[in-house]
Amino acid sequence: MSLSDSLYRETILDHYHHPRNRGTIENATTAVEGVNPLCGDELTLYLQVENDKIKDIKLTAKGCSINTASGSMMSESVLGKSTEEASTMIDSFKKMMLESLSKDVSLPENMEDLEALQGVKKYPVRIKCALLPWNTLSQAIKDANTGVAGQKSKVEMT
Amino acid sequence: MGSHTGELKRMLDINKIRQDFPILSREIDGKPLIYLDSANTSQKPNQVIDAIVDYYKHYNSNVHRTIHKLSEEATAAFEETRELITDFIKADSSQEIIFTANATAAINLVAYSWGRANIKAGDEIILSPMEHHSNLVPWQMLAAERGAKLLFLELTDDGQIDMETAKEWIGPRTKLVAITHMSNVLGTINPVAELAKLAHAQGALILVDGAQSVPHMPISVQELGCDFLAFSLHKMLGPTGVGVLWAKRKILEAMPPFLGGGSMIGVVKLTSFTTNELPFKFEAGTPNIADVIASGAAINYLNNIGMQAVREHEIELSKYALQKFAEFAQYKNGNGAGSDDELVLYGPRDVSKRGGVFSFNLGDIHPHDIGQILSEEGIAIRAGHHCCQPLMRELNVQSTARASFYLYNTKEEIDKLFSALGHARKVLGHVAIR
Repeated sequence: MSLSDSLYRETILDHYHHPRNRGTIENATTAVEGVNPLCGDELTLYLQVENDKIKDIKLTAKGCSINTASGSMMSESVLGKSTEEASTMIDSFKKMMLESLSKDVSLPENMEDLEALQGVKKYPVRIKCALLPWNTLSQAIKDANTGVAGQKSKVEMT
Repeated sequence: MGSHTGELKRMLDINKIRQDFPILSREIDGKPLIYLDSANTSQKPNQVIDAIVDYYKHYNSNVHRTIHKLSEEATAAFEETRELITDFIKADSSQEIIFTANATAAINLVAYSWGRANIKAGDEIILSPMEHHSNLVPWQMLAAERGAKLLFLELTDDGQIDMETAKEWIGPRTKLVAITHMSNVLGTINPVAELAKLAHAQGALILVDGAQSVPHMPISVQELGCDFLAFSLHKMLGPTGVGVLWAKRKILEAMPPFLGGGSMIGVVKLTSFTTNELPFKFEAGTPNIADVIASGAAINYLNNIGMQAVREHEIELSKYALQKFAEFAQYKNGNGAGSDDELVLYGPRDVSKRGGVFSFNLGDIHPHDIGQILSEEGIAIRAGHHCCQPLMRELNVQSTARASFYLYNTKEEIDKLFSALGHARKVLGHVAIR
């Protein structure tokens, strides 16, 4: 299997070269920093939540293609969703990534694009790169729900 | 014609050498393996692999403990490695050669035993920003415990020690200079002998981390003038799990024991013990017998080729790589310096001041992505922080890609590295500035 078929699919490269929802949100409900100390991936996720809906999400990231693409695709898929829906999506995505390689997991219809990231499973050391934005979002939703707004949390992949 | 013939001869030798390394005929997804990660760990020749098998099949037994034929043979083979290493680094005596698990354990031995006996509040330990975590964290731990101070020499723009800072900072409060002989990131070979003189003039000792230098060049502890030398056999054709601490006998004799247990003792009573002679005083417990014996085979292999020849081969490869890096830097996407996939190469350009270790970045492209694309071409490089996080900060990067060479690498492999890098740049380059 060549690269273009597995890891660096067109969808992934597109999101890597043109990441969506890049930037910051002033007066965000919460901002969470996510780092992967091993490879140095780092991102800050800004979340604007109103009436339990994700009104806006922005990311600033410095990392590899997988991390960038995963964050970009995630931001597109959760924008406008309720925090509860987003949490379900996080669970589905993590399940897909952490399920054994032999099992092809299909995602709900609104997350089909994200199946492109399944190729990352062939490279176990890179799975964390794909998961970092999602773990960071998970923390951001927790912060938003518990009202620790303004207080910066940090997610560290270990 | 003469030089041409000479080159041809060397090429033939490399082909012969490569046949001794079974892994080098392995294919990765149908492509021949190109192993450019020897600074991480080297590959092993048949001679080393066979020595391990031979020990376990024919004379597996404990050493230094019992009286039977197997143990006699194992002890003799084990001690033979110590003799070989003594000569390899031009030490005075095999009693100065302590086997440890790796270079990290050797440095920790010094930090715990010598360090705890000698470092007090207010003392200074001089390091460089290019130290591997293994020659940094043990001193951080010691300094925190004792209230000692760590001072870091400065680097020049091309990644060499600024000797002016060394002259200034190595002073009366300095108790130890702990420095790598060759950087595992920059390839820089540090002027250890000069630093040793500066340290000794202040009554301080100097520890040299030889993990990257001992495998790649002739080494004489006499010429280095150091007090401690630590290195690892797995980076020099030997198996993992064997490190060496060399130190001057007088220093080792004055040091308190570190790990307590079997072998390191003389007479043991219920509440007291006496220590064994050197080197056993620092070798508690059953050692890594098979791998120490196989390490002897690695030293023999290197001796047969000659360390000067190894060094010269790597200088040739380094010159060639520097030329290819220069070409690659020019043949960019036409955007020139500052473009988002610009090649940045770290470390000295003078091959007499560096080893065959080349760290680089391609603009914003994450080294893990470079490593992944190269891996698909059968090329193994290292990508990451190389256990040198402070140096990464100094270079203002998260991580780098690193290609490192050894005696079995060829110019053809370097060609393939650069064509794969070209491919990586095509797939991942031209990233919008974010």
